[in-house]
Amino acid sequence: MTAETLISALFVFVLATFAGFEVITKVPPTLHTPLMSGANAISGIAVLGALIIAGERDWNVTVILGLIAVVLATINVVGGFLVTDRMLEMFKKKEAKA
Amino acid sequence: MSEFLPTGIQLSYLVAVTLFFFGLKKLGSPATARSGNLWAAVGMFIAIVATLLNEEVLNYEMILVGIVIGSVIGAIAAYKVEMTAMPEMVGLFNGLGGAASALIAVGEFWRYLSAAQTPPLPTTITAVLGVLIGGVTFTGSLIAFAKLKGIMSGSPIIFPLQQPFNLALLIAFVAGSVYICFSPFNLPVFLGIVGISLILGVLFVIPIGGGDMPVVISLLNSFSGLAASAAGFVVMNNLLIIAGALVGASGIILTIIMCKAMNRPLTNVLFAGFGTGDTGAAVASGSG
Repeated sequence: MTAETLISALFVFVLATFAGFEVITKVPPTLHTPLMSGANAISGIAVLGALIIAGERDWNVTVILGLIAVVLATINVVGGFLVTDRMLEMFKKKEAKA
Repeated sequence: MSEFLPTGIQLSYLVAVTLFFFGLKKLGSPATARSGNLWAAVGMFIAIVATLLNEEVLNYEMILVGIVIGSVIGAIAAYKVEMTAMPEMVGLFNGLGGAASALIAVGEFWRYLSAAQTPPLPTTITAVLGVLIGGVTFTGSLIAFAKLKGIMSGSPIIFPLQQPFNLALLIAFVAGSVYICFSPFNLPVFLGIVGISLILGVLFVIPIGGGDMPVVISLLNSFSGLAASAAGFVVMNNLLIIAGALVGASGIILTIIMCKAMNRPLTNVLFAGFGTGDTGAAVASGSG
């Protein structure tokens, strides 16, 4: 990693942080948990990093740690999106009844 | 690690990050929330497929096995969980994500050491950050899960000299990290800071009451975003950095919104367990 790539990555990080501050404004309390859960599923993006370090052909410690990370992050992603969908589905039924 | 990925992968990442952004936006309002979640999921799918096409990813068979195992466990957990147990499930998932980020940081650091290569200073610093934030997210989320699930008591756990002890651990972590930056080939010190991170996560959550766990999980969710971002710096992947920062920042906002809904400031939620003098008075006046 050179200083230049680090700086451009820092720019990307700071701008994305500002975008994150702005994206959520007024959220009704019933959506707090689903929103948290959806954001949590997105944070499972760590799976990409896991795929990259698990990518080598030869077995070594890094690949093993990477594969464990792939499993954990996939649980986070798949479970996270499905659980969020289940919660939101429930809201819809409630509204239909009311 | 190559520092620039091929154009096709980068463009797919751009599509994914756009879907994440609008997905989060749509999740904030009742009429569009469900489609927002779907958008984000599609974005994630695109990102994963694009990454698998990376020419450095050669170990397909094992990776696919890992993805299948993770998907099956995640799907079963998501469908089996009771509706009332949702917050702790989210907490548990979140902890696993944090653990993954920490493992990425450790794994990449290990790659340098096993090749007897000195890692560049920015890599070491971000790896240490990834280990700290990911480790705290992991054990903190497990404690939050245990408290909500009733595996451990929901009441705040406080022991004498807790805050000085926390501070001492934090200082030890910083000292170890600085040492690692200048002398990366010391494995015991590196494993030591991994251990301290895990202990800090436990100590962070045990003094907080069980009723406040949803707020804590939301905060830890924000942390897991930052952990993913740190891991993104370690492996130099833009989408990891962006999506992690997006979750890190929006998670903080959501945490503050949740505290406001309870009419309490975040500091009160986090430190009310240390009911000494002024904070105790704040609780009393807040509830009265």
